[in-house]
Order: sequence, then structure tokens, then C-alpha cells
Amino acid sequence: MNLNLTLVGQLISFAIFVWFCMKFVWPPVMAALNERQEKIAQGLADADKAAKELDVAQAKIEEQVREAKEEASRILEQARKQAAQTVEDAQAKARAEGEKLIEQAKADIDQEVNAAREALRGQVSALAVTGASKILGKAVDAQAHAELIDQLAKEL
Amino acid sequence: MAAETAGGYIVHHLTNLTFGKHPVEGWTFAYPRGFDPENVAAHAANSDLQYQYTRDMIAEMGFWAIHVDTMLWSIGLGALFCFFFAKAAKYATSGVPGGLQNFVELICEFVDTNIKDTYSGKSTLIGPLSLTIFVWVFLMNLMDLVPVDLVPNLFYMAGVEYMKIVPTTDVNATLGMAIGVFLLIIFYSIKMKGFGGFVGELTLQPFGKWMIPFNLLLEGVGLIAKPISLALRLFGNLYAGELIFILIALMPFWIQFTLSVPWAIFHILVIVLQAFIFMMLTIVYLAMAHEHH
Repeated sequence: MNLNLTLVGQLISFAIFVWFCMKFVWPPVMAALNERQEKIAQGLADADKAAKELDVAQAKIEEQVREAKEEASRILEQARKQAAQTVEDAQAKARAEGEKLIEQAKADIDQEVNAAREALRGQVSALAVTGASKILGKAVDAQAHAELIDQLAKEL
Repeated sequence: MAAETAGGYIVHHLTNLTFGKHPVEGWTFAYPRGFDPENVAAHAANSDLQYQYTRDMIAEMGFWAIHVDTMLWSIGLGALFCFFFAKAAKYATSGVPGGLQNFVELICEFVDTNIKDTYSGKSTLIGPLSLTIFVWVFLMNLMDLVPVDLVPNLFYMAGVEYMKIVPTTDVNATLGMAIGVFLLIIFYSIKMKGFGGFVGELTLQPFGKWMIPFNLLLEGVGLIAKPISLALRLFGNLYAGELIFILIALMPFWIQFTLSVPWAIFHILVIVLQAFIFMMLTIVYLAMAHEHH
């Protein structure tokens, strides 16, 4: 072990290297590291914020979708109701119309029947008068026996 | 380099290339005295004594000598560290880092984490200081993994007799750094507590003012022990590791691999660990210098 000038030389070169490192190495590297750290922290904070904003937006979208669905179903319900109403109305109208027609037809028929009956009755009474006059050999005075004939015709 | 015996080989490999002021010969490289490269055969019998002569010569130079190889390799490795780290720092961005920047940032962050865990004060010096210690000591230790004969043989071919490439196996290198740390400990102690506070810490505890000499002895030893232990721990570990590599290199070549490979793998741990310990203790000592007892 020889302690000599080397010791002083080492001390000096050590000091120079430390000084160099202090001047040119450590500060820029640390600055870069700190800056990156801040950047990453900022990035993470931004990501958190974005995630929160996304949540809010998603909730809003869900709300809107829900509202739209409700609106749609409301409109659909209304349309259905309206359609049913229209059909019902049409049915009622048709039924009324049909009934009216039937009623009229019945009235017509009755009228026809009555007319036919009236005609028949006239013919029968005429026939009866003819027949009776033939039997009696003389003309039956239709005028004179009108009451009788009418009674007869009613019985037919 | 023409070691004949194991002893000579070991002595050669543990001798630094030294340039100094010899009392008789003036400023010169320490050389294998009594060795004539032109006539190797003439002193083949005790040729290894030449290395001992070199060591004697270095000892005679005393303080006014410098280990050229230690300085060369340590400054070279320090410059390498500065070059790559400054290059990465120059183009450092807070965006996506490239390969070199990533690597540099990894180390800086590792150092910074260790500082923040231990050291509560604010200082612009402790970060670069710790980083320099960690990387520089690591690089110097790393030279221990270079095969022990490779570089010395290359330099021998170029005409340089001695070449010890692991600066941390030179106690001057480790003690030089430790003294740097020691000066900072004293500087921060006085800066934080004032000169009176620092002296008071050395003299007035643990036994109060009536025991000042005894307190001074206790605390003084404690203070001096910091740089000495710092330097000798690193030096001892690396010197021992280097010595074992040299001893393994003395064995028959077919057994060298089976021994040097496991030892090298184990030594990777020592290399990193010792660099880390040196850095960590520096941080701890400086943190202690900031604290009031």
C-alpha cells in the first residue's frame, strides 16, 4: 500500500466528474423524468375525466333512448286505439246500415204481401161474386153486397 | 513481463505502473531494476526479484509518485461514464425515451429512489454525487472481470512493464474518493449546524462537557472511521477478488475455466454490491451530517 499523489489525483478527478455530472447529466435527466411524471399524471387525470364524462354522456343517452321508446310506444298505442275506434265505428255504421236495409226490405215485403193479398182478395171476391152469381143465376149486385163481400174477403 | 515463479507473477500483477520522484534517479517510471531486457537468460534464476526491486523503488519515491495506470483507467472510465450519460441527458425528452436514455434514466431513477429513502434534506449535489459514485465505481470494478493477463500482456508487447487495470484495487483510488466524501461530510455538518454545532457534536457528547477529551476521542474515531471504512471496504473486496483471479490464473490452463468462471459470476455480485454500498453509505453519511443529534 503506497499512499501517494494518486490519491490527490483521484480526489481531483472525482471532484471533476461529480461537477460534470452535476452540471450536464443529473439536471436534464431529472427534469425529463419529472416532466414525464407530470405528463403521465396529467394523462391519467385526463383519462379519469374522460371516463367520467363518458359515464355522464352514456346516462344521458340512456335517458334519451328511454324517452324515445316511451314516446314511440305511446304513439303506437294511440294509433292502435285510433285504428280500433275506426274499425268499431265502421262496424257500427255498417251494422246500422244493414239493419236499415233489412228494415226497409221487410217493409217492402210487407207492402208487397199486403198488395198481393189485397189483389188476391179482390180477385177472390170477384171470383166469389162470379161464382155466386153463376150459382144463383143472377148477377149479384156487387154494390149491394159489398159489405158481405168485404167481410168474406177479410175472412180469406 | 517474464515471471518465472508464482511469487514473481503475483507481485508483478499487483504492482502499479508508477511515475515518481526517486531520491536518486529523479522523475522516472519505476522499472524492474537490475533487469536487462537484452540478456534475460543471465538472471533467469532469480529474475523475479526484479519485481520486488520495482516495489522497493516505488516505496522509495514515497508520496511524490503517481500510479499512471490507476489514473489512466479511472479517468478513462469516468470520461466514458460522463460521455454516455451527458449524451443521453442532452437529448433527454419527456416523451418516449430511446435505448440509451432509457438505460440512463433507469440508473438515475434507481439512485434517486435510494436518496429519497434515506436523505430528507434538499441538495443539488447529492444526486449527481451518488450517481457518479455508483456508476464510476461500478465501471472501475467491472475491469476486474477482464481476464487478468489480457491487458498487461498487450501493454507488455507495447513496451509497458506494468499495467493494473482495476483502479479500485488501488487504495489510493478508493481513499481519494472517500476523502472527497469525507470533506463533504464536514462541509455539510458545518453548513447545517454551524461550526460551533459541529465542534459541539464532536466534544459534548455522549458524556457532557466534563468529559470533553474522552468525547473527542470517541467521536473523532467515529468520524475518521467513516472515510477509512468506506475506502478500505471497497479496496479490500476488489483487491481480494483480483488476487483470487491471479491465483486462479497460476493454475494449469485446463482447470482455470472451472474456477475462474464461477468466481467471475460470483464477482459480478461483488462488483455491483460494492458500488452500491459505497453510494449508499455516502448518502447515509451525508444524511447524518444534516441531522441534529
